[in-house]
Amino acid sequence: MSDSVVKAVPIAGDAVHHHQPPQSFIRKYVFSLDHKVIGKQYYGLALVAVFIGMVLSWLMRIHLVWPNWPIPGLGLLSKVGAPGGVMTPEYYLSILTMHGTLMVFFVLTNAPFAAFGNYFLPIQIGAEDMAFPRFNMMSFWTTFLAFCILIAAFFVGDGPPIAGWTSYAPLSAVGADAGPGQGFGQTLWGLSIFVFCIASLLGSLNFIATTLDLRTKGMTLSRMPICTWAWFITSCIALLAFAVLLPACLLLILDRVAGTSFFIPAGLVISDRLQPHSGGSPLLWQHLFWFFGHPEVYIAILPAIGIVSHILINSMRRPLLSHKVVIYCMMGIGFLSYMVWGHHMFVSGMNPFSSLMFSFPTLVITIPATIMTLIWLGSLYGSRLRITAASLFALGFISMFVSGGVSGFFLAQPSIDIYLHATYFVVGHFHMVMGVAAIFGIFAGTYFWFPKMTGHMMNESLGKLHFWFTFIGTYCIFMPFHYLGLAGNVRRYSAFVDDFLVPLIPVHRFITIAALCTGAAQLIFLYNLIHSRFRGAPAPDNPWECTSLEWIMPSPPPFDNFGGKHVVVYHDPYQYGVKSSTGDYLMQNSPEQAEVRT
Amino acid sequence: MGKLFAVIVFVIAVLSAIPIITHSWFGTGISFAPPADISTHGHAIDDQLSDTMVEAGLSFLAAQFVLAFFVWKFSNRQANAEIKTFPGGAKGLVIAALVLVGTEMLALGILGQKAWASVYFTPAKPDALQVQAQAGQFAFYFRYPGADGKFGALHPDKIDEGNSNFFGLDPANDVDSRDDIVTGELAIPINREVHLMMHAKDVGHSFYVRELRIQQDFVPGLDLSVHFTATKVGKYEIVCTQLCGLGHYNMKAYLNVLSQEDFDAWMKQKASEQ
Repeated sequence: MSDSVVKAVPIAGDAVHHHQPPQSFIRKYVFSLDHKVIGKQYYGLALVAVFIGMVLSWLMRIHLVWPNWPIPGLGLLSKVGAPGGVMTPEYYLSILTMHGTLMVFFVLTNAPFAAFGNYFLPIQIGAEDMAFPRFNMMSFWTTFLAFCILIAAFFVGDGPPIAGWTSYAPLSAVGADAGPGQGFGQTLWGLSIFVFCIASLLGSLNFIATTLDLRTKGMTLSRMPICTWAWFITSCIALLAFAVLLPACLLLILDRVAGTSFFIPAGLVISDRLQPHSGGSPLLWQHLFWFFGHPEVYIAILPAIGIVSHILINSMRRPLLSHKVVIYCMMGIGFLSYMVWGHHMFVSGMNPFSSLMFSFPTLVITIPATIMTLIWLGSLYGSRLRITAASLFALGFISMFVSGGVSGFFLAQPSIDIYLHATYFVVGHFHMVMGVAAIFGIFAGTYFWFPKMTGHMMNESLGKLHFWFTFIGTYCIFMPFHYLGLAGNVRRYSAFVDDFLVPLIPVHRFITIAALCTGAAQLIFLYNLIHSRFRGAPAPDNPWECTSLEWIMPSPPPFDNFGGKHVVVYHDPYQYGVKSSTGDYLMQNSPEQAEVRT
Repeated sequence: MGKLFAVIVFVIAVLSAIPIITHSWFGTGISFAPPADISTHGHAIDDQLSDTMVEAGLSFLAAQFVLAFFVWKFSNRQANAEIKTFPGGAKGLVIAALVLVGTEMLALGILGQKAWASVYFTPAKPDALQVQAQAGQFAFYFRYPGADGKFGALHPDKIDEGNSNFFGLDPANDVDSRDDIVTGELAIPINREVHLMMHAKDVGHSFYVRELRIQQDFVPGLDLSVHFTATKVGKYEIVCTQLCGLGHYNMKAYLNVLSQEDFDAWMKQKASEQ
């Protein structure tokens, strides 16, 4: 492939506002205004968060099947929570809460959306930077602050929160009476998410303004690459979703520290104490939380859908059967995502008629998801698919998206949810479709864009090895979760003491071993990432023969992206399968008119 | 490499389907089937579950097989190989998705509504056995109205677990509460409808009996209720499914379905113990 790499098409126009990069270390690497540095900072933060989150999942899996085994070093993390390395039931719940919060907020929201979006959205539309570079810097550092606040909860006196990432009130709202970890640790959780919401709102505003205002000449909306569309749609979703979670967290904090009763009704007796609250509603928290929580699923998955489509098109050497239909599907999903939050609450005691009203749009959301899947599959037909580490993860994404998607058929129906609600079936469903699928999107994006971001190629063989372990491993972990759910295995239990759960423990043991192995295989990725960053082969400008604007510039891109020039765009984003002077593709900024070959 | 991907996807799809079809963990005897249903409404949920399983299972297998097949066939082709368009193009696929998935979802939605309605849309019969359930960290308690058929009023400030006043009754001033029967197990007669009135003492909990196909949250501040009829004598586990604190995993009680005679005897005995 390398010998067919073609020199980037020169950028049209004169340099009109060429900028020099900042010279000071702080401005260059820490408080940088450069969207590319900020993108990498987000990526780095997500990487730290995902490794902490993964280790926490290991601790949970080990505790579930070998509860009495003293885990080396765990005793040092918390003398109270894990005396001698054996964790207490409440510490298990703390780890569960921290795992979920880290993964959903700091990994699945940060990496595919904030990290790659920051780095590539401005470049793909031909802009020099984001619309508001200072806001952008603020979003990252605010996110970082939120991360520090959350991590601090590990080290407070009565331990990290135990209410789960959903933090249902009143368990999360009444304070230390509700148990260890519900004291200061839970307040820190609320504060962390509150700060995170501010960061995400700033970020999404910035993305929206950048996409609408800073597109270069010729870059019409329909000429934007599919991942730019995905980031744009995601920012619109995030703007509305986090705007609801923000006040919800504020109210939760007020209930905890100011004695208000937004989520706490009268007459609760907790730890033998009649609580001094009245008038609040626990269901209000659930409605506010899930009004954010369901769109959040799409905040995680839509950027991955965009990234994967972008990479698949490049690997298939042909455009999708329909660019527009996929974009309309993403918009449809974004719109519907606000009408379905109640499907998390079928058995919560809300009016049973509203369950049916929430069930219907949930089932309807299957239609755009199916259309997208069929378009990916239909586009594979008759293509010239190149197998790379990036395209393997993109193909693996389709497989995971389908597997996680079909279990949604069950959970969308309130009648079946009566049986499956709060079981491992739900855990399997959302880990596959939101967790693993989105992470496959992140991996695909990393293997694909790493050369551009660092100027070095990643090792392809190690990348493929990493894929095989991860692909098979994640199926071994998450498929059995569905079977356990069908047997009624309840989630969020720190031990299986019920008569009907004990016989299922061997399956849990299998899952734990699979999780340990799959987790260990991520070291291949980490090694590849670090080693390639310093020792990887130098990356050409356009190693994958891709058509979008990020590939017309040197790898890594200069500080001001296009050297102060205005790029002019002449084509739709995916001119593949054509006959041009560059080969079977045509760059978006090439004035040439290519002959369609098919 | 593309062919390897195709083989692995194919194998994973087949292996994933085996435990669903055989209801067991590859011949080890570990059962994944929902336990036999003991309720009058549960069969509707079970039917709905199996219908969905067929539809979801076929969609899953079809999509994975097509993915595997196309990657097998179209990966690493010659650089000058002809690029073909899927017959019918995007329009055909969109129509196929709308028609197939649309009708499938509509069918599931309409059928599922019946199963849901059988649990939630019909009120309990007036002659149903009235039982009150209270969930608190980390135990369930049940209360029967006693011979007078009336529940005494609740006074949260009078809750005193040390003296077994779990519900906060006030027998000194409240006549209705004097014959109320409070127990830690839910005993019910077979083939008689039970109207379970649920409230939480402290935080959120849930009432889940797999065999009964019933799951309902306890929400603090809300009086919720479910009704069901058990059709098989036996002892079944009631577990909490809403994260309620450190003892969540251990919060359980038993549902004891008795014949009418055994139930009457049980009630008599409990009444004498109060």
